[in-house]
Amino acid sequence: MSAILSIGAYVPLMRLQRASIFEANRWFAPGLKGLARGERAIANWDEDTVTMAVEAARNCLAGTDGVAVSTVVLASTSAPFADRQNAGIVKDALNLDDAVLTIDAGTSQKAGTGALIQALRSGDHGATLIAASENRRARPASEDELINGDAAAALLVGPGDGIARFVGSHSISADFVDHFRAGDAEFDYGWEARWVREEGHAKLAGAAIGGLLAAHGIEGSAIAHFAAGIPAKGAAAALARAAGIPAEAVVDDLAATLGYAGCAQPLLLLAAALEKAKPGDRIVVVGFGQGADALLFEATDAIAAPRRAIGLAAALSRSRREENYLKYLAFAGHLKLELGKRAEFDQKPVLTALYRNRKAVLGLVGGRCTVTGTIQFPRSEISVNQNAPEIGTQEDYPFAHRRAKVLTYTADSLTYTPDPPNYYGMVEFEGGGRMLTEFTDADPDSIFVGAPVRMMFRVKARDERSGFVKYFWKAVPAAEGN
Amino acid sequence: MASGIRDKVAILGMGCARFGERWNDDAEQLMVEAYVEAMADAGIEPSQIDAAWQSVGFDAMNIGPSGIPTAMALRLPNCAVTKVENYCASGTEAFRGAVYAVASGAADIAMAVGVEKLKDTGYGGLPVRTRGTMFDMIGVVGSAPGNFAQLASAYQAKHGVAAADLKRAMAHVSVKSHANGAKNPKAHLRKPVDIETVMNAPMIAAPLGLYDCCGVSDGAAVAIVTTPEIARALGKKDLVTVKALQLAVSNGWELQGSGWDGSYLHTTRIAATKAYKEAGITDPGRQVSLMEVHDCFSITELVTMEDLHISAEGRGWKDVLDGRFDADGANPCQIDGGLKCFGHPIGASGIRMIYENYLQLLGRAGDRQVSDPPLFGLSHNLGGMPNQNVAAIAIVGMEGA
Repeated sequence: MSAILSIGAYVPLMRLQRASIFEANRWFAPGLKGLARGERAIANWDEDTVTMAVEAARNCLAGTDGVAVSTVVLASTSAPFADRQNAGIVKDALNLDDAVLTIDAGTSQKAGTGALIQALRSGDHGATLIAASENRRARPASEDELINGDAAAALLVGPGDGIARFVGSHSISADFVDHFRAGDAEFDYGWEARWVREEGHAKLAGAAIGGLLAAHGIEGSAIAHFAAGIPAKGAAAALARAAGIPAEAVVDDLAATLGYAGCAQPLLLLAAALEKAKPGDRIVVVGFGQGADALLFEATDAIAAPRRAIGLAAALSRSRREENYLKYLAFAGHLKLELGKRAEFDQKPVLTALYRNRKAVLGLVGGRCTVTGTIQFPRSEISVNQNAPEIGTQEDYPFAHRRAKVLTYTADSLTYTPDPPNYYGMVEFEGGGRMLTEFTDADPDSIFVGAPVRMMFRVKARDERSGFVKYFWKAVPAAEGN
Repeated sequence: MASGIRDKVAILGMGCARFGERWNDDAEQLMVEAYVEAMADAGIEPSQIDAAWQSVGFDAMNIGPSGIPTAMALRLPNCAVTKVENYCASGTEAFRGAVYAVASGAADIAMAVGVEKLKDTGYGGLPVRTRGTMFDMIGVVGSAPGNFAQLASAYQAKHGVAAADLKRAMAHVSVKSHANGAKNPKAHLRKPVDIETVMNAPMIAAPLGLYDCCGVSDGAAVAIVTTPEIARALGKKDLVTVKALQLAVSNGWELQGSGWDGSYLHTTRIAATKAYKEAGITDPGRQVSLMEVHDCFSITELVTMEDLHISAEGRGWKDVLDGRFDADGANPCQIDGGLKCFGHPIGASGIRMIYENYLQLLGRAGDRQVSDPPLFGLSHNLGGMPNQNVAAIAIVGMEGA
């Protein structure tokens, strides 16, 4: 069998206050008051499930030097492309070798657990990186708008014992349509919550959990962590009770701080469980959607060792309170603001040039001169080294993981950006190399000459005409706590 | 070492259109306005023009490709017309083409025509445009003020200048240019402003406010050049000759290399050093008594005073506040209002700067004529942005100076 080798998470910086959502909508939907507590994570305008998956994957891979990834799977029901492999973009952003298998999974809220089971079952074929990432759109004034949260989790699974050994899984599949979204539809269409709870959560997920425990001859009381990614208050506790799992084993559903991140939720809760787990702890993970998947893990001795991967707690702690509901509506595409004529700039993609330069554009790979040691971005035929330019001597030099310091900056109120002002400037990397970059997740206090930054894969622009998404790297403030 | 351009070419005539929001004029009318003035000044017939260089910065919504629009607008005698573009330094580039043609002996009389029709975009500021396929994928197009504002952040950090002090020095730059521009009938902006107005103006790209940014204008300027011998043969007496003409173009060191701190223009320093040598100027702070520099933004003018070796490094902001570059200062700068107030029709600006220096040298600058006739007039024309640019310097002066 195989195991979880590492796990990482990513949560976007902004936390929209649910009270702000409710206040804006109470004139129309006063019934939302019961949900108007806490905060939910919202993606910045330049984030989508691909960028969040990349960041979760980088966080996951941070502590896994030397493990060759042979497969990349991206699970999402809100991926930006219906036909351009989203997992392929993740793979290029991670600067992985081209000789890997990439797969997209989706169309159900249990796509994350399904992909994970599949990867764990094929553990003999090398390490699989699974990212589950969601940025689910919900109609303004809907319950989902309050319940959802944007986030991503990533796991590296493969042979060996890892930090948690995969014991087994049990799946129940049934075309139980608690909600659906047609291929060309913008939003979900759902059914009555009471029916979903009684016939769906209790019976289908209950059967998956019961089957899992029975198959392995384990009592519910032996479960130390119960990670059920189900977006209904009390559902996890009820399932635990029915299965004899101790109430204290139920992993907090993150509703207060993050929200429900669709098919990524079970994996995020698994990340939370693994942060608390002790060697020997048994962990059950449940994913629900047209049936349910239940997975059983056992934490190994390695769980007690310090890990370099950036887990859920660290991802959650990087946060900024956001009370501007209109800003959220604009970022999520619900509000068509007057963008001004500067927004008319043609963003038509140049696919030939993108492919030629994909290492630089998607992977932030520059060059290092093998003769002079000059480091630069992007790489070029003739080195930027002054007065002794070497020709054709550069080797790949990745920058994405290197920290940098701000050299120059401005906050530009003139140029078009969905989130004005546009912070940009030059940064210099530790170890050499510099670039002109946009700053994102920035504010006046975090960007100054000498400020520490790190790079994140983000949306550079979207072409309104073709729908293409252009990705590149941006610098984010990297002071302590960020 | 090349012997340089000094005194090999004389200016025969110059013209400049009124800059501004010329809502009712095409590029054609702008060019004709400058051309008619220059031709009258030169006292020649169109048939005597051997070659012309046409500079425009933004072509997509301006005159379109090639030198043909200029040849047609001015009905040139089927001579060579070359269109040049080198960002905002295009005007000096066109002048350089004409001067080099004469210096080489390939042309007796050559013309530089700079024009820009910017006020057809439907919005203020410069048009947004591509910077090339690769740059658009990995660079930051930003805005002109955003690109230049970064100078202020780095200058402040490097020299330990308080933000408020630098803001005030930048404001002084603009107040001075508004005072000068008010005296110039061809200037786009002719209203003096006070320092508080400048300091409190809306922010465009921090720390640059509205009044830290130059005008975006329609306009055209023309220079006609020939050899000193031909100029004399045509009856010219006090000859203004070209003393130096230098261009320095970034090779990527600032953007991709290491060592540049973002607080100055590397290329301006190189072009200035070369230009002084070419012109035989040994003490620029004393000898260059008249300057037209590329004040696209107040901070650009401020750091340019250092890059031209006029102010000591890190002292430029103090020299500005001390009034050294005011109309009555030791080194008057932007006596015509500069890009700030004369306006900035990209392709015409470099030639407009030379036009002003030419008028001042000949004592023909009207209300704004400096009292002590200058020996040299320096123009500094900058294209691009601090991390990637074209710096052009033209020094003109009286023959023999």
